[in-house]
Amino acid sequence: MLSADYVNTFLFGIYPYLCLAVLLIGSLIRFDREPYTWKSDSSQMLRKGQLRLGSNLFHYGVIIVILGHFVGFLAPHWAVDWALTPAGHQLVAMVVGGIAGLLAIIGLTILLHRRLADPRIRLNSRKWDIAVALLLWLQLALGLLTVPLSAFHMDGALFETLTTYVKGIVTLNGSTSSLMMGVPLVYKLHVLLGFTIFLISPFTRMIHIWSGAGALAYLVRPYQIVRSPRTRARVPVRS
Amino acid sequence: MKIRAQVAMVLNLDKCIGCHTCSVTCKNVWTSRQGMEYAWFNNVETKPGIGYPKDWENQEHWNGGWKRKKNGKIVPKQGGRWAILANIFANPNLPEIDDYYEPFTFDYEHLQIAPELPTAPVARPLSLVSGRPMDKIEWGPNWEEILGGEFDKRSQDYNFEAVQKDIYGQFENTFMMYLPRLCEHCLNPSCVASCPSGSIYKREEDGIVLIDQDKCRGWRMCVSGCPYKKIYYNWTSGKAEKCIFCYPRIEAGQPTVCSETCVGRIRYLGVLLYDADGIERAASVADPQNLYEAQLGLFLDPNNPEIAAQARADGVPDAWIDAAKRSPTYKMAVEWRIAFPLHPEYRTLPMAWYVPPLSPIQSHANAGAIETVGELPDVRSLRIPVRYLANLLTAGAEAPIITALERMLAMRAHYRQRQLGEGDGQGALAQVGLSVSQVEEMHRYLSIANYEDRFVIPTSHREQAEDAYGLRGSCGFTFGNGCDFGPPHSSLFGGKMGRRTLTPIRPLDT
Repeated sequence: MLSADYVNTFLFGIYPYLCLAVLLIGSLIRFDREPYTWKSDSSQMLRKGQLRLGSNLFHYGVIIVILGHFVGFLAPHWAVDWALTPAGHQLVAMVVGGIAGLLAIIGLTILLHRRLADPRIRLNSRKWDIAVALLLWLQLALGLLTVPLSAFHMDGALFETLTTYVKGIVTLNGSTSSLMMGVPLVYKLHVLLGFTIFLISPFTRMIHIWSGAGALAYLVRPYQIVRSPRTRARVPVRS
Repeated sequence: MKIRAQVAMVLNLDKCIGCHTCSVTCKNVWTSRQGMEYAWFNNVETKPGIGYPKDWENQEHWNGGWKRKKNGKIVPKQGGRWAILANIFANPNLPEIDDYYEPFTFDYEHLQIAPELPTAPVARPLSLVSGRPMDKIEWGPNWEEILGGEFDKRSQDYNFEAVQKDIYGQFENTFMMYLPRLCEHCLNPSCVASCPSGSIYKREEDGIVLIDQDKCRGWRMCVSGCPYKKIYYNWTSGKAEKCIFCYPRIEAGQPTVCSETCVGRIRYLGVLLYDADGIERAASVADPQNLYEAQLGLFLDPNNPEIAAQARADGVPDAWIDAAKRSPTYKMAVEWRIAFPLHPEYRTLPMAWYVPPLSPIQSHANAGAIETVGELPDVRSLRIPVRYLANLLTAGAEAPIITALERMLAMRAHYRQRQLGEGDGQGALAQVGLSVSQVEEMHRYLSIANYEDRFVIPTSHREQAEDAYGLRGSCGFTFGNGCDFGPPHSSLFGGKMGRRTLTPIRPLDT
């Protein structure tokens, strides 16, 4: 019989690396071998309607949430401690994450309604398109649930535990998975679903996040692009 | 000075008969695919009309093209780099598919399988977007054909600016013309400038503007950036597509499909040499009415030995310089000044130019008495208002249009007098500043329009550009990996591309 310890080590010590490996290698293979499938897959052209409000709310909200996770979890202690106590750090995370998460989930709800209720969009959705939207909605809901839960532990201790765990994952220190043993279920589910979203990303439209970051190069390139026969890549012909 | 060459097109609207052969042959070759049903790389509009997509010329609405800032710099009208990135999640200027039209087919099967009915069975329209029956087809790519529809709608045409359009609502004053449209392959393309992923580029050797399908991420900014609305979002593949100027044919020295099949012989293809260093300056001139002249100033005379030497130094092959010397587009645009860019005020420096159409004399005011200027009828008494053509082709400047129309009339007057033995026709020519040899050449190009005069296309130097050994035996045009032209298939990445089936509802079948 599997001990709880064993399951915990797998879910929080090994599974994250499986997911991250698939995310990175899968994205690389798709980018290299299937560039024609690499796109944002917008349906705006089929129906504008609710998209403008929903998409902007969702994307801007979720970008703040993601950047917040990166900064909150990965910023080294010396970069934060001079300004914030652990409790203060937690409060900032709860307020900023809570507001941004709320905007994102409102936006995603609008987008989901559009995708499911508008026959034109529904009929032109892949199964993955709907599944990804539902998973993201669930993840946002779980994330938002942690806000009121955290309000019961305003000392920042739990926050510190989670931070140590995430830093452990990123620094290849799988042993920190034991820290997750005592964490409330909502946090566990949020972490697991988060890694699962990494896992499926290369196979879904989520890959456009990479390109969104890549599009920042637009800010520094000249407006006009001319390709000469000499500089044009000699693309090997695929058979 | 940096000299580059472009294969440019001129369309002689005076001879367009509006037969749509160009549109149909283009569609058969390039866009008869799922996701592109609504897209016409080439379409023919009846003017006046709001066109396809609806009201495309009105950039106050669509924000395509460029705008000139107070400091004299130009930026895409839809916004600079930061604004474009900020709008990437929902493009506020993107047309909806209904602005073009909802693509449809008909339930033809029903005609064959319908049971015995009291009335003849009908084939109901089926939407190609949703696959469901449509109650009514509301709009199509050519809804305003031959002035179909009411004048009220047609008169929304942007080119009626400063034209007393009420007059043209009356039956006896009605006028129309055809406007075939394709990608302009601009010198200063705003689609290229708008693309966040940098997937659109202009080819240095022949000026063709292409979208790298493997680099396009479907951000849709090119669709709104193009003022001619000639970039189409393929809603099945999620990539933008546009007219490719039939580049595989051009590379082989053949005309584009639309030009090759043109029944009226209205299309001309030839090399123009231009000064690439002058593009930004020409596109930034303050007064939009000077944009035509500014663009004309970029075109260089291939017969000038200094220009030819500089072109050679800049890498233009000799065959291209020779072709430029025989270029019909150079003759029409630069030598005779009878061809003009479409809507130069968008500041994209378009490279498909148009010869304005002549039209019958307006006779309602004083029937029988034709107003003349010298030996020619007054072009202001032509049925199509000069101002309308000027709004279309010179940002409202009437003088160049009047000169072009007069030259075309003078050519006719000259030949009429010669044919009928009524004189030498010199008077009309002198009036418009043409020599006999020039007008004879104009006549050969415009009226006879021989194939070898219309199309002077040097072959590309493929040996410099491509690995022909690798191309040998390859599968030509495909999307994604593989040579598979069969039904769309799923793959590990991206899933099934064909996302809908047609589901006719036949209430009478029971």
